Amino acid sequence: MDEKKNQPVEGQPENTDRKKLNRRDVLKSIATIPVIGVFAWSYYKKKKGERLIKRMIRDELGMEYAPPVFNTKPVSGKKIRLGIIGFGIRGPQELKAAGFVHPTWIDEVREAAEKNPQDKRYQDFMEQEDLNIVFNGVCDVFDIHAQKAIETAANDKREGSEGKPSHKVKRYRTYKELLAAKDIDAVLIATPDHWHAPITIEAARHGKHVYCEKPMTWNVPETYVVRDEVKKSGIVFQLGHQGRQTESYIKAREAVEKNLLGPINLIEVTTNRNSPNGAWVYPINPKASQKNIDWRQFIGQAPWHEFDLKRFFRWRCWWDYGTGLSGDLFTHEYDAINQILNVGIPYSATSSGGIYYFKDGRTVPDVQHEVFEFPDHNFTLMYSASLASDKNRGKVLMGHDGYMELGSTLNIYADRESTRYKELIQKGVIVPSRPIYSYTPGRKNTDAITTATEQYFAGRGLLYTYRGGKRVDTTHLHIKEWLESIRNGTQPSCNIDRGFEEAITNQMGTIALREGRKVLWDPEKEKII
Amino acid sequence: MRFDKNDEYRKMMKSTHSNFLPLQLFFLVTLRVLIGWHFLYEGLVKLTNPDWSSVGYLLDSKGFMAGFFHSLTFKPAMLHTVDFLNEWGLILIGLGLILGIFTQYSTLAGILLLALYYLSHPPFPGLTFSVPAEGSYLIVNKTLIEMAALIVLYLFPTGNKLGLDILFTSTGKKKNG
Repeated sequence: MDEKKNQPVEGQPENTDRKKLNRRDVLKSIATIPVIGVFAWSYYKKKKGERLIKRMIRDELGMEYAPPVFNTKPVSGKKIRLGIIGFGIRGPQELKAAGFVHPTWIDEVREAAEKNPQDKRYQDFMEQEDLNIVFNGVCDVFDIHAQKAIETAANDKREGSEGKPSHKVKRYRTYKELLAAKDIDAVLIATPDHWHAPITIEAARHGKHVYCEKPMTWNVPETYVVRDEVKKSGIVFQLGHQGRQTESYIKAREAVEKNLLGPINLIEVTTNRNSPNGAWVYPINPKASQKNIDWRQFIGQAPWHEFDLKRFFRWRCWWDYGTGLSGDLFTHEYDAINQILNVGIPYSATSSGGIYYFKDGRTVPDVQHEVFEFPDHNFTLMYSASLASDKNRGKVLMGHDGYMELGSTLNIYADRESTRYKELIQKGVIVPSRPIYSYTPGRKNTDAITTATEQYFAGRGLLYTYRGGKRVDTTHLHIKEWLESIRNGTQPSCNIDRGFEEAITNQMGTIALREGRKVLWDPEKEKII
Repeated sequence: MRFDKNDEYRKMMKSTHSNFLPLQLFFLVTLRVLIGWHFLYEGLVKLTNPDWSSVGYLLDSKGFMAGFFHSLTFKPAMLHTVDFLNEWGLILIGLGLILGIFTQYSTLAGILLLALYYLSHPPFPGLTFSVPAEGSYLIVNKTLIEMAALIVLYLFPTGNKLGLDILFTSTGKKKNG
């Protein structure tokens, strides 16, 4: 083409008053259109790889991208009358999940929401479903906590300080009196660990349904009694592993069932905390004293000790009342794995650890490892915990074909040496460093491959709270499931059998640690040996 | 090229004939197409991912404009609009730059969008973000450079010299008669 013909001389005003286009103008106008063609072609090639992965996951393996389907029926049936025993830290959290908070909390979050529209605590709580329950009785050995419990349990209308108590809630001095009350159908147990079993047993004998915090028991012998009494009485028992309601765990179970990982041979679960609160060094109420704490009742079946505020408020630090890392934190991890894989009780347990950082007089270790063998399932479950480092190591399920990183989100990566994904890896369609499947709860849908940015946000809990429904508290869902089981006579997800497995497993780990030996389980005789 | 007279600049903006040397025009158009490609792909990735939302990005905003970007997430309807405008904004700006259609408007819109990205995540000392930068930046990052490049393209328009804008300019009324 003759470039010079139409080229104006530089610096001279050019002619713009032409009436029609010449062929040259047309060519110049469409000169960059081929770029769109190149773009479309490369875009298609890129998308094709993603489609191939999706097709394999969905069509060949049958793994759904959609969220699991839940029963979202509103609560029905008659009002259930409840009591709560134990109102320290977890008690108020349970009551909030059940729809009851202290009026001063309403004042606080309402004001916070006015100042900062991003603060959704008030809105979330007010939108939380009403479970059609009433609290008639509370019990706590510390007067100040008991008074708070009364005021919280009476706040039916979710009001601030301006409201009035809807009804009179009775404070019982002992759990036995509360469990004998005729106007109570079911109880929430949020006491220290050494009280879980005695109260559950007593409740079952009175025919009261039980929602009990984890771990189910404090020692081995009482574990059998709890199971027997619960089964004999026919009460509905739910153990407080609210992770049962976590969407990503439910999807994880599906992924394992659909064999996305191939044969799983190692599972790593961890605890990574690094704060006084995370290490059970809770604040001590300055108003607490021997005068307003029923110390003898607190001690219960624990070995006698003189009155000690540290032991009362930080009971988790002592074997006398708590169950250590194994009972307090490993149990959540174990139950998640039991939920995903139905592992049951392991064949053996070994453990080691020590008090390496929090040398504050505690008897339970702040660093501990436990190794459980499951030869029937061909895998090892390894638990590793530190209360003095918060490097997040997450939860990982490792299989021959891939591994799964599980938290609030779920990511599955293909293994470089996988048999199943070999072909796609060789073709370059699957890149082992990028997930072949990822799932972020609260999203309408999921994507085989999302951008690095999205992965990053999702892993840090910056979730898509404004899409695909509201944010809900898992404990709320877990309590709701229990209440619906009571109403319908069905079994909840973390029932007495799952509780028994949880209790035996975590105590095998504790015995292995404290006795420095390998602990075995005899499934025939149902005995720890 | 001389820009000492406003009317001369205006003429250059409107003219279908190039005041540029061929190589100058070639690289100005190349720059325009490259930036357009980048916009178009960013937009399509977001549009074709049904789960994409700007909420995480907006909530991660830091610096003196953070309050404004956070406020965009407060209402679902507002967030929805922001997502929609971002997705389609990127795509249309990308097409505009590649094809050279409504080039000046596309360029201005691109500058605005990049300015918002830059201000929402300014690479200032002392600010850290959830998503680590893929390179090392101090005050100047690639967003800022891309924005400056678009300003250059706005001042040296090429849509009416190589691009569909020619069709609009040429069939228009008599100009500069």
